[in-house]
Amino acid sequence: MAEEKRLMKGNEAIGEAAIRAGCDAYFGYPITPQNELTAYMARYMLDSGRVFIQAESEIAAMSMVYGAAAAGGRAMTSSSSPGVSLKQEGISYACGADIPCVVVNVARAGPGLGGISPAQGDYFQSTRGGGHGDYYHIVLAPKSVQEAADLTYEAFGLAEKWRMPVMILADGLIGQMMEGVVLPAAVDPGARPDRPWCAGGRAGLAREANHVSSCILDPAGLEASVRARFERYERIAAERTRFEAVNVEKADLILVAYGTAARVCLGAIQAAAKEGLELGLFRPISLWPFPKDELARLAKAGKRFLTVEMSMGQMVEDVRLAVNGTVGGAVAAVDFFGRCGGVIPSEEEVLAEAKRIVDAMNASTAEPRSGSARR
Amino acid sequence: MTERTFMAGFGGQGIISLGMLWVYCAMKEGLEVTFFPFYGAEKRGGIARASVVVSSAEIASPLVTSPDSSIVMNEDSLPICEGVARTGSVMLINSSLVKSRPSRKDLCVVEVPCVELAEEIGDAKIANMVMMGALSAATGAVMLDHLESVLKSFFPETKHKFIPLNVRAIEAGQMAVAQKVSA
Repeated sequence: MAEEKRLMKGNEAIGEAAIRAGCDAYFGYPITPQNELTAYMARYMLDSGRVFIQAESEIAAMSMVYGAAAAGGRAMTSSSSPGVSLKQEGISYACGADIPCVVVNVARAGPGLGGISPAQGDYFQSTRGGGHGDYYHIVLAPKSVQEAADLTYEAFGLAEKWRMPVMILADGLIGQMMEGVVLPAAVDPGARPDRPWCAGGRAGLAREANHVSSCILDPAGLEASVRARFERYERIAAERTRFEAVNVEKADLILVAYGTAARVCLGAIQAAAKEGLELGLFRPISLWPFPKDELARLAKAGKRFLTVEMSMGQMVEDVRLAVNGTVGGAVAAVDFFGRCGGVIPSEEEVLAEAKRIVDAMNASTAEPRSGSARR
Repeated sequence: MTERTFMAGFGGQGIISLGMLWVYCAMKEGLEVTFFPFYGAEKRGGIARASVVVSSAEIASPLVTSPDSSIVMNEDSLPICEGVARTGSVMLINSSLVKSRPSRKDLCVVEVPCVELAEEIGDAKIANMVMMGALSAATGAVMLDHLESVLKSFFPETKHKFIPLNVRAIEAGQMAVAQKVSA
């Protein structure tokens, strides 16, 4: 039977979901707007006999995650944008050593110290392998407190299955707002997959020591290891790509957005419907792997796109790559609307922008489609 | 039904508690809810605002940019609320502290002397609960029935002794609006 719905902040729901997913060790360092998550773990991890450490820095926290996960534990860290930049060294190492772990970024506005208001300017860093070297990792973007809990809960299993860090990319609004949430049941600790690769735990076993490392000095050996990892990426893209589509078949113009921006777009779509205007929403849930095939299919069906982000335009590049060349050999038009610096676009301004594009589409139906994507 | 409310006042007036309790009661009445607070770094006296949505359907944007109802707890908040309020929306004004009135004529303004009513009950600090009662009566979005048991599950046991006081404050707010409507 499902549990009773609770009213929780996104940050708290992420913490509780991680505990229920069997997180053995949490390492954190305070930063707004994710502080409630660290505070939640400080309060409840020790209660359930697990490890909580407030590290001396973000870099240390991520390195502790690497160590705990290499030893076979379910480990997690969380931070917000400037702190996640610091963690990139550790994330790159974890990717190079195929270490499963969960990293939560409750993102704020940058660059630099920036501000503490919600933003989506970390899309590039999250989806392109934000540290050094050739790598990617799974990135999941929740749109609500419920989804923040569900995706965090799932992230631990995904990390172990694919042997990589899984990032939860939630903007500050998702972390700070309160909504009703039904939490998933606690996992049975005995139900975890075997981890024959992990270090430690050799007592009584006759096996050789395992070395969990990203260091391969022989170029051919390193190339083979990176190539094997990229083959795995292909399988993840085939299996794990996730998105939500609303009214995309009826609408000619589809708004593309994730996280809080997708909620704003949904509001704009509902307001448009009241005026008799059909708009669609395409919401990537996995930002990596990006749901490019479905976008390409929609582009082939003649759809136009308006990408809405809380940034100057980052995901819009993935949207353009996905639809590139799919409309009769020409580039499908992908428009962009964004606010940054912690300003969240309003339903009203998104709707106004959508109307402007629809009007232009209607005015130019007789003319051939423009060959260039506008910003 | 979707009721989008913008709440504004200064830190210490209980805006955040008001918004949180409003959505908690709504959730207990089976509604979908979102509550997004924003406030200054000051312990008291900074800005305190909340975007609050309760709905019988899935909620789109958690950000209230064109509210169906707004709560003005202090003088400084009046121009902010007047600037965003939707035409025909309800504006609840804490008339104990807010002396100006909106110049817009397309709003349904309801004056509630929250602080006076709260003091009559016994504590000026529960002015926010008076306002919550008023919001319920003015919008009908959250009924606030079964209040006692809902408050018991919201507050920790050490605070349960204050529940009767809060219930009286909420009822006083409901009554204040009901009297205005019938008058």
